[in-house]
Amino acid sequence: MRITEHPILRYQKGPKVKFIYDGQEVEGYEGEPIAAALHAAGIKTLSHSHIENRPRGFFCAIGTCSSCLMTVDGVPNVRICVEKLKAGMCVETQQGKGVLR
Amino acid sequence: MINTQIAIIGGGPAGLRAALAAAQTGAKVLLLDNSDHLGGQLIKQTHMFFGSQQQFAGSRGIDIATRLATELRQFENVQIMLETTVLGIYEDGVLLAEQDDKVRKIKAERIIVAIGASERMLAFPNNDLPGVYGAGAAQTLMNVHGVRPGHRVLMVGAGNIGLIVTYQMLQAGVQVVGIVEAAPTIGGYLVHAAKVRRAGVPIYTSHTVKEAYGDGAVEGAIIWQLDEKWAPIPGTEQDLAIDVICLAVGLSPLSDLLWQAGCQMTYVPQLGGSVAVRNSLLCTTNQQIYIAGDVAGVEEASSAMVEGQVAGLGAALSLGLGGEQAHAMLADARGQLAALRSGPVGEKIRAGLSLVEKGVTADA
Repeated sequence: MRITEHPILRYQKGPKVKFIYDGQEVEGYEGEPIAAALHAAGIKTLSHSHIENRPRGFFCAIGTCSSCLMTVDGVPNVRICVEKLKAGMCVETQQGKGVLR
Repeated sequence: MINTQIAIIGGGPAGLRAALAAAQTGAKVLLLDNSDHLGGQLIKQTHMFFGSQQQFAGSRGIDIATRLATELRQFENVQIMLETTVLGIYEDGVLLAEQDDKVRKIKAERIIVAIGASERMLAFPNNDLPGVYGAGAAQTLMNVHGVRPGHRVLMVGAGNIGLIVTYQMLQAGVQVVGIVEAAPTIGGYLVHAAKVRRAGVPIYTSHTVKEAYGDGAVEGAIIWQLDEKWAPIPGTEQDLAIDVICLAVGLSPLSDLLWQAGCQMTYVPQLGGSVAVRNSLLCTTNQQIYIAGDVAGVEEASSAMVEGQVAGLGAALSLGLGGEQAHAMLADARGQLAALRSGPVGEKIRAGLSLVEKGVTADA
């Protein structure tokens, strides 16, 4: 899913790093949004609606819509479309409204 | 408490130009943005702008953002706070903002709200499936982060955003199977429409999405035709195998902060939703608060930049700064706005603005 050639743009990426998504190891580039790394890895379901438990994915990309809230390093309701990826991060699908630990 | 003369919320095209104009009058300026960069949504716009030289016609959005930000950083009277989210505006002119998980208080004599707009949703069954994106979101994913939104895309909306993002998808190596447009005609500029048509992307006017389907994510969409009364015609359904639906069905002003601040608001469909009632200097019914850009009415980045200048100069002049030079710059900016909004392209925005003016007279 990564764009390797583009007629106008050159992408400047940080170093390649590994992180954990729901227990599995995934690769991404440091400093890009967590959502970009998950999307590039083919992971589309990010959260679920509270009542019907319907899957929700990436929608606005700029931290406005709440469709991508996940638990990151134990902190719930993180907007992963604007949260930068760091090596070793633990990204988890959130159950319900999340729990503050 | 941070003290400043003019606080500007939002560092997109309107906020950047407002900050520059205010800085030129010598005002102490604080520019706040919730993202990690200046330029707002300009940073994903790889296409060249129209308008005149004063609004950087012929330049790409990404380059305009860099130019304005570099220019602004030259001013010693400008402070920039990034990754700072303004949470509220209070009666005594204090802003509450969050930065690094800490709440900060900012006291400003004037506040310019330039926070832009958000993408609209469209109602159809399964519109919440993963794979349904705002067109701007798909643009961010591709142009800023270098990731394709999917393999086969249905674009909804043939306005400028739908047409431009379609072309940018082709540039990123993504297949667009078609563009549906509920109106009987293409809303965007013909130059953009011609580009995507030449690339072989069909534009289905008088068509809309009947439903999306898929197990856990979008696997396809049914589109159907609309009659002259915009009612769907049974039997015209087409099933498209796609994994992405991109919604380019317009924007709505992000008006929350202005509602919270108690500015008088009015609903104007031509401007995209609820906007603050304002005077010709873009000052709201709260004498301390000015507006500029899409939050004042959804329009183009070029007019947002000029509105930023008007608000920046208006706010500075109200503090007794700028003098004759600011008055001259203001007259020039207002002339530019009138030119941008002239002709058939500006018809909708002119109608919207005249409704805001009527709102003012009615309440006066």
